[in-house]
Amino acid sequence: METISDILKSERQQAWRDELRKSMKAKERTSIPRVKMPEQDPHVRNKNHSEVNLGLTDEMAIKEAQRCLDCVDPTCITGCPVGINIPKFIKRIEQGEFLESAKTLKETNALPAVCGRVCPQEVQCEANCFYVQKLKKDPVAIGFLERFAADYERNSGNISVPGVDNKNGIKVAVIGSGPAGLAVAGDMIKWGYDVTVFEALHEIGGVLKYGIPEFRLPNEIVDVEIDNLKQMGVKFETNFIVGTTATVDDLRKEGFEAFFVGSGAGLPKFMNIPGENYRRIFSSNEYLTRVNLMNAANPDYDTPVFSGKNVAVIGGGNTAMDSVRTSKRLGADRSMIIYRRSIEEMPARVEEVKHAQEEGVEFMNLNSPVEYFADEKGNVNKMLVQKMELGEPDSSGRRRPVPLEGSEYEVKVDTVVVAIGVSPNPLIPASMPELEVTDWGTIKVDKDTMQSSVEGIFAGGDIVRGGATVILAMGDGRKAAKGMHEYLKSKVGKK
Amino acid sequence: MNKIVEKEQLNNNVVKLVIHAPRIARKRKAGHFVIVKINKKGERIPLTIADADAAKGTITLVIQKVGVTSHKLSLMEEGDSLADVVGPLGHATEIYKAGTVLCAGGGVGVAPLLPIARAFKKAGNRVLSVIAARNRDLIILEDEMRECSDELIIMTDDGSYGKQGLVTHGMEEILDMVKVNLAVTIGPAIMMKFASMTTKKYNVPTIASLNTIMVDGTGMCGACRVSVDGKTRFVCVDGPEFDAHKIDYDEMIMRLGAYEDMEREAYEKYLETVSK
Ligand SMILES: Cc1cc2nc3c(=O)[nH]c(=O)nc-3n(C[C@H](O)[C@H](O)[C@H](O)COP(=O)(O)OP(=O)(O)OC[C@H]3O[C@@H](n4cnc5c(N)ncnc54)[C@H](O)[C@@H]3O)c2cc1C
Ligand SMILES: Cc1cc2nc3c(=O)[nH]c(=O)nc-3n(C[C@H](O)[C@H](O)[C@H](O)COP(=O)(O)OP(=O)(O)OC[C@H]3O[C@@H](n4cnc5c(N)ncnc54)[C@H](O)[C@@H]3O)c2cc1C
Ligand code: SF4
Ligand code: SF4
Ligand code: FES
Repeated sequence: METISDILKSERQQAWRDELRKSMKAKERTSIPRVKMPEQDPHVRNKNHSEVNLGLTDEMAIKEAQRCLDCVDPTCITGCPVGINIPKFIKRIEQGEFLESAKTLKETNALPAVCGRVCPQEVQCEANCFYVQKLKKDPVAIGFLERFAADYERNSGNISVPGVDNKNGIKVAVIGSGPAGLAVAGDMIKWGYDVTVFEALHEIGGVLKYGIPEFRLPNEIVDVEIDNLKQMGVKFETNFIVGTTATVDDLRKEGFEAFFVGSGAGLPKFMNIPGENYRRIFSSNEYLTRVNLMNAANPDYDTPVFSGKNVAVIGGGNTAMDSVRTSKRLGADRSMIIYRRSIEEMPARVEEVKHAQEEGVEFMNLNSPVEYFADEKGNVNKMLVQKMELGEPDSSGRRRPVPLEGSEYEVKVDTVVVAIGVSPNPLIPASMPELEVTDWGTIKVDKDTMQSSVEGIFAGGDIVRGGATVILAMGDGRKAAKGMHEYLKSKVGKK
Repeated sequence: MNKIVEKEQLNNNVVKLVIHAPRIARKRKAGHFVIVKINKKGERIPLTIADADAAKGTITLVIQKVGVTSHKLSLMEEGDSLADVVGPLGHATEIYKAGTVLCAGGGVGVAPLLPIARAFKKAGNRVLSVIAARNRDLIILEDEMRECSDELIIMTDDGSYGKQGLVTHGMEEILDMVKVNLAVTIGPAIMMKFASMTTKKYNVPTIASLNTIMVDGTGMCGACRVSVDGKTRFVCVDGPEFDAHKIDYDEMIMRLGAYEDMEREAYEKYLETVSK
């Protein structure tokens, strides 16, 4: 049987690859410095909502692609949750065949323009690049190149729509239109199924739309990828909450034979400290949803958002970075991150932390809020913050923050955004008592097929992981699609 | 897109819209609500499903003009469509045979109260209702409420109709006379606060249906949070009904006003455009 590594090897031996490899000495390749992403000036960009990263030029991309050594054993691929053939797509860029490069990406990744922008590459593909592993040099900029090829294709107007098999008439339902759901839809439609995606909100895309801001991932890019799926035949039903608008049982009666639950980790956590329900203390979900999904910063739209002058954001993840950078763009004089561990331990992508620092965000690390205070109207006006120090490592291996008694001090604020994490969306589990969930409320699945405790119901993404990344959600989706495909084949066989 | 199939003006400030939404009509129960977005640039606002007709595939909404979105809704006509309607949301009211049920509604709160009163009546309860408003013009759905109530008291602040006084006066009149097993109160937050203080005096278990600010209505944003029995709860997924005696009304009232300055400004600006 041909294994993936056999396929990679035989592709690597193709003449064009061989030729490219020989066209430049390895020494020459490794002496090229890693490309720098052109960016908007920090003091300009922190006042607008346009994308921060401007994208590589053709020349920059080709030069960066030359750095890639087209390794015999491309360890980078092991770091990619969807197993993109990284050297192949990069070598297509070096060759100048940008559209071919994009096609390679799409063989395994339905949303390359998204992943190129938001994947935490420094802990995934790029962490496993030969440059890092063996040469102790900066890795090949895999993410930037992925974005480049996907953008090139989109801007060329020559978007390749993957071919689809003959329709088999079998109806499958995808619940939730985040990256996990979109990945399932993309694969199932290719295999000839009749796919409908149900989404509770009025827009398709999940966190890609309501969470991640425009300056990091423009909605237009997400929409192009969704359009692609529409062209392949995927149907989308918005304003449809599975579990209440119709239950899974209702949908079964309407002919749906298998389900994928990709309902995400939508519930915001609060700290339950005194004063947390004062006005102008928001969850990051509310703050970001108002701005991203409802366009609150645009006066033409009806939804309001409060744009404070002294904004404190609690937390250290991507959501916290997105919120604090949004507050700058809404006109804050002082935007602060208040995080209970040190900067090295922040779960946010390294690039986001760096961008936030450049944009003038203040980092108050090893600090944690203990209480909020408000004026006579109930508007928050100051908070009490306690200093922390790092103690012994906890189960996650990170050093546990320990409060320093007597270190409390006051900070003047007029807006607070709480971004300390989310828990799984309970709507589906609540409507299906037979569905097994963990103590944290995540859906239990078989890790190979992604099938839940209920036959024919699959799940993946944040509803299974409890909060992860776009690409892990998509990886789950692809696995679940395979599981669903096998399940439906055997079911048809039995009929 | 959901088409408006019928419109009725209940008074100067309140309209009734019957909207095509077949799936929601099939699933909804008393106590459920929907989130509505008028058009592409609109905001999402929660509205109770006052009635539904599964056969016709319609739901009924009763809307009081208080700001930009509700005003725009009140100007929409038969044949127009709403961009987005999602639901049914929230927990349905727990309907059971309690014995005697007191239903107390204030202002537009009578609209969400109606299906609940009907459901309790249908379940074999004796239903005694009090509906209240500032003046005669603001009393809505009187006939419908009368139809499902064994007794109906109408109260107006200025005495222009029914009896003069607040909703709590009408409630006390009933509570002094008969043993009430359960009370339901819906209306402005301040009214619910006093209504639940009243039933507390008589030791009558009471539920209140809360109308906080909402964005998504699916538990995602936390805008709708209230303190109930000292714990933070989300009205859209944990409610909208809670034990009326355990709600922190002052906090709720404080949070309801979170955007009042911006809303007033937007409304004044908007009113200029419609009056021209
Ligand atoms: C602000 C923010 C920034 C982030 N930044 C990054 C980043 O830079 N890089 C990265 O890799 N990851 C990032 N993440 C994490 C990443 O976005 C998530 O891990 C990923 O989106 C999970 O995908 P999903 O498909 O499981 O769920 P989601 O994207 O959450 O989508 C779930 C969808 O299901 C819908 N839904 C829920 N219940 C129902 C129902 N009953 N019926 C119908 N629809 C339903 C929801 O409305 C939602 O649209 C970020 C997350 C946030 C919040
Ligand atoms: C579960 C639920 C069910 C509801 N059912 C109905 C219904 O059946 N009919 C109906 O007319 N309304 C109902 N409401 C209230 C309705 O959602 C608000 O009136 C509406 O959002 C106001 O929007 P606006 O843009 O017109 O006014 P805004 O500009 O948002 O507000 C104008 C003024 O009204 C006040 N206000 C804002 N929101 C509310 C509120 N929720 N309750 C009371 N005052 C408020 C503000 O303080 C402001 O001063 C319900 C609310 C909830 C949460
Ligand atoms: S999808 Fe993400 S992890 Fe995979 S190659 Fe692209 S950037 Fe790296
Ligand atoms: S490990 Fe690095 S150098 Fe090697 S193929 Fe992958 S990207 Fe290229
Ligand atoms: S409205 Fe967003 S959580 Fe209730």
